[in-house]
Amino acid sequence: MTDNYEVRDVIDKETLSTVKSVGDAYKYGFSTDIETEYAPLGLNEDIVKLISKKNNEPKWMLDWRLKAFNRWKKLKQPDWALLKIPEIDFQDQYYYARPANMKEKPKSLDEVDPKLLETYSKLGIPLTEQKKLAGVIEENPEDKSENRKVAVDAVFDSVSVGTTFKEELKSVGVIFCSISEAIKEYPDLVKKYLGSVVPISDNFFACLNAAVFSDGSFVYIPKGVRCPMELSTYFRINAENTGQFERTLIIADDNSYVSYLEGCTAPQRDESQLHAAVVELVILDQAEIKYSTVQNWFPGDENGVGGIYNFVTKRADCRGKNSKVMWTQVETGSAITWKYPSCVLKGDNSSGEFYSIAITNNMQQADTGTKMIHLGKNTNSRIVSKGISAGKAQNTYRGLVQIGGRSQNSRNFTQCDSLLIGNKCGAHTVPYIEVNNSTARAEHEATTSKVDEDQLFYCMQRGIGEEDAVALIVNGFCKEVLQALPMEFAMEAQKLVAISLEGSVG
Amino acid sequence: MLNIDDLKVSLEEEEKQIIKGLSLSIKPGEVHAVMGPNGSGKSTLSSVLAGKDGYIIDSGTVNFDGSDLLDAEVEERAALGIFMAFQYPIEIPGVGNMNFLRTALNSQRKTRGQEELNAADFLKLVRGIAKDLEISDEMMKRPVNVGASGGEKKRNEILQMCLLEPRFVILDETDSGLDVDAMKLVSKGVNNFSSSSRSFLVITHYQRLLNYIVPDFVHIMVDGRIVKTGDKTLALHVEETGYKDFLQLGKGKH
Ligand SMILES: Nc1ncnc2c1ncn2[C@@H]1O[C@H](COP(=O)(O)OP(=O)(O)OP(=O)(O)O)[C@@H](O)[C@H]1O
Ligand SMILES: [Mg+2]
Repeated sequence: MTDNYEVRDVIDKETLSTVKSVGDAYKYGFSTDIETEYAPLGLNEDIVKLISKKNNEPKWMLDWRLKAFNRWKKLKQPDWALLKIPEIDFQDQYYYARPANMKEKPKSLDEVDPKLLETYSKLGIPLTEQKKLAGVIEENPEDKSENRKVAVDAVFDSVSVGTTFKEELKSVGVIFCSISEAIKEYPDLVKKYLGSVVPISDNFFACLNAAVFSDGSFVYIPKGVRCPMELSTYFRINAENTGQFERTLIIADDNSYVSYLEGCTAPQRDESQLHAAVVELVILDQAEIKYSTVQNWFPGDENGVGGIYNFVTKRADCRGKNSKVMWTQVETGSAITWKYPSCVLKGDNSSGEFYSIAITNNMQQADTGTKMIHLGKNTNSRIVSKGISAGKAQNTYRGLVQIGGRSQNSRNFTQCDSLLIGNKCGAHTVPYIEVNNSTARAEHEATTSKVDEDQLFYCMQRGIGEEDAVALIVNGFCKEVLQALPMEFAMEAQKLVAISLEGSVG
Repeated sequence: MLNIDDLKVSLEEEEKQIIKGLSLSIKPGEVHAVMGPNGSGKSTLSSVLAGKDGYIIDSGTVNFDGSDLLDAEVEERAALGIFMAFQYPIEIPGVGNMNFLRTALNSQRKTRGQEELNAADFLKLVRGIAKDLEISDEMMKRPVNVGASGGEKKRNEILQMCLLEPRFVILDETDSGLDVDAMKLVSKGVNNFSSSSRSFLVITHYQRLLNYIVPDFVHIMVDGRIVKTGDKTLALHVEETGYKDFLQLGKGKH
């Protein structure tokens, strides 16, 4: 026997005990009482200028934003997704909020408001360099990940409050900082790559983001460097009635590698809140990026009041030969999820993978999937999607596989499984497959099943309580995707699977 | 230990009574065999004792160690020491055997107020049992019952029994689908496990098994009732002549 499953074993055990210990279904629902400075309500050119000014941006950046804003005014909100989206009044939102004492950006973590640090530690994200990211098993002393480091960029409402391990990363040439800082410090890199993967007017929400994004993370991995630690960004919405628009740009130069994690939470509020992010990944020759997300925005209550509206554009551009990207997402939060992390496989022999778990419970709605655009020769893509619906939730997988005329010998494999808990929820699969090259091949498999009564009875006859049994079975259903996550996130994700399904049985 | 008194059970889905007035008393250390034609209600009885959904108790009582068993939840019954080896063991994709076993064992221990077993002790324990039952490491790494043959699944049930150490065990046709060697192995497992405080309800169609697991009593079940009780020679009689002598007994009580 290898140690492999023993480790997983511990994870599952922890999952189950966590389910028990968590009384409140959404444990990140607290808010931080901190003085917040807002931009005036609504959106117009002055707001865009204000955001740019708050970030002390150069003129080229402001021009870029204004161009986006003018395009956005002419765009219409897309309505093709299988989502019932309440009308969003874009003038009845705040587009910028920051803790008042962040006016002068802290030079180091020591200068950050203790209240903010406390918020992050309550969320399990220590903003210190001694500790690891939350979730690493304390009970398991043999765990090898004990010594692993994770660098964190923490984004609170509209601003980045701090980034850990910056100096250590800099010593190997890795740049990891907030995007507002990158615009000032590394303008050449930003100018070259910003908007090169997701163009300004790509879609309504991406265009809005381009106009008003306030902060986010920036990563550059130089040629030949394997990033010595996991990088992560942790997004927290705190302010009321405020949209969060962050922008992430990651560049992996030739022969480099980085694994990047993204986590999100928000307080429990009755008002819905808008989140429209853009993530751009640029992957050059022989380089590889692994991007993992655990999205746990507030999902709204069981009657569908409140929750985050999550409209996200994520795209990876595999420009280089033999470049690789792997998206892994665990989507458990948000009232509405509209999200399709995509791979543009331009470089010959490049490959893209998409592993997804989307869980919807109560009144949640998710329309999520991916796009695999094969342009280069011998490109490969793999899609594994696991959708779980409970309560009255609706869960749609929407995926496009497109193989271009010049993309010789390219391959796609798609597996798309849906699991239903109860009989008031829905699961839908909407695949689009466009193959324009006779040497290419695309395979699609889809299944829909219910949590099986016999499986539940079997587990319970062996002594496992009903909610634990559901968590066990669902985690089994998601296994392939959970295994694609880095260790720390796999544990977090398993717990989340259990927590987000609480109350779905019995 | 277990007292079933005039139990009548119907299906929830359709108005159909399956158990039609069954009484049975089992003392600690006893082995009771139940035989009976297909569809006579043997598995239904097992499921009702284990607490499966989908049945209505029309009347009667089931008492386990002095308390009302029918009142307890499925997992509570398990923690009380009731174990049922399934006639058709269930597959759980993606859930590793080890993880499943450990979760089950620790859930039961927790319910009973005992401390959880740590990973090292657990592994040692499971490996020992698996070895006795000649279950390979490779099998143990697989998801629960997925890709296992009929006989392998049955052996896996016995492994679970040995690990969870129940006090009352129902073996629902555990011998079906086992080759001769496997049957000896499983019987040995059961015999090693039996003790003066453990009781067994062995459901089978074949007298052969009862040569290995020797019953104190043999019951013939027909149409939802026990129509005849005897010693192990009753099984030999069934083997020779079938159930024709008993079918009438079942009808007579209508
Ligand atoms: N859920 C159900 N729905 C419909 N009929 C059922 C259900 N459960 C049991 N029955 C019926 O009840 C009767 C008894 O079934 P049961 O499985 O208990 O028989 P058995 O004695 O175990 O038979 P076998 O020897 O074939 O295993 C059968 O006629 C069966 O079809
Ligand atoms: Mg049966």
